[in-house]
Amino acid sequence: MTIKLNGDPHDIPEPLSVSALLEQLEIDARRVAVELNTAVVRKTEYDSSVIKEGDEVEIVNFVGGG
Amino acid sequence: MSDLRFMNDLVIAGRTFRSRLIVGTGKYPSHSIMRAAHEASGTDMVTVAVRRVDISRQTESLLDYIDTSKIFLLPNTAACYTADDAIRTARLGREAGMSNWVKLEVIGDEKTLFPDNEGLLEATRVLVKEGFIVLPYTNDDPVVCRKLADAGAAAVMPLGAPIGSGLGIQNPNNIRIIKEQATVPVIVDAGVGTASDAAVAMELGADGVLMNTAIAGAQDPVAMARAMKLAVEAGRLAFLAGRIPKKSYATASSPLQGVIGT
Repeated sequence: MTIKLNGDPHDIPEPLSVSALLEQLEIDARRVAVELNTAVVRKTEYDSSVIKEGDEVEIVNFVGGG
Repeated sequence: MSDLRFMNDLVIAGRTFRSRLIVGTGKYPSHSIMRAAHEASGTDMVTVAVRRVDISRQTESLLDYIDTSKIFLLPNTAACYTADDAIRTARLGREAGMSNWVKLEVIGDEKTLFPDNEGLLEATRVLVKEGFIVLPYTNDDPVVCRKLADAGAAAVMPLGAPIGSGLGIQNPNNIRIIKEQATVPVIVDAGVGTASDAAVAMELGADGVLMNTAIAGAQDPVAMARAMKLAVEAGRLAFLAGRIPKKSYATASSPLQGVIGT
């Protein structure tokens, strides 16, 4: 199944939690924020929030800026 | 009046900062130069941007170079052109940083990066309602600044000149009026090119100065960071000291009595 991840198509084998996606991508969950279909997912909800076919996911972090 | 505590403490929304200089984290030659510049500037608040993680490769984290036990992170909403995008970005920044502070930018024009007043006010109202501490980057317009404060902004951050331009304070009189009328701290944000610009902002009565390019883009960012620290302190002290009035003609500094040969 395909989701949209940071604007690009991304294949996942089956619906998975935000935690599982971050783990697959080797991203440290403590340093990012995640949006699922334009709504922020709280860190406490990473295990229970499930990403499904067609979902739009944004994963952001802090970068240099003014 | 000249009590050093007045000189050093910047209080925004009940939070005390030792430094009146807020520094950015963008455009440094390297992360380690940025860290050294932050140290030299004496800052205890830095801005950061919120951007998509590069999932194709592991990148070094900016946060490895910021001692967050000493330096407070202020996420921005840079490059947002609508209130909705700015609000979304602010919410993401809160989740990533675990604080409810935001440097709110709603940009109205690509070439000048001037703020969109309408969108800025709208986003301020929404975010204040959601419990954010909102520090809006705004035009140097006293009326807009008043409206932002009325909408619940914790400070107002009028620009001195366009972002990254280094032109210095283009409209000193407006900054002075904004400060005179303000019910919240006034931070001059953007436009500083060199140390004297920062000193001018502080001499006008600003509560603080926020800058990025002036330090990051200097040939020696660490030396410029120290120059900015000194300029902000000098400007603040000069403001508190109360400058002499400007006059068109000379007033002698040495006594006129006892001059030889008279």
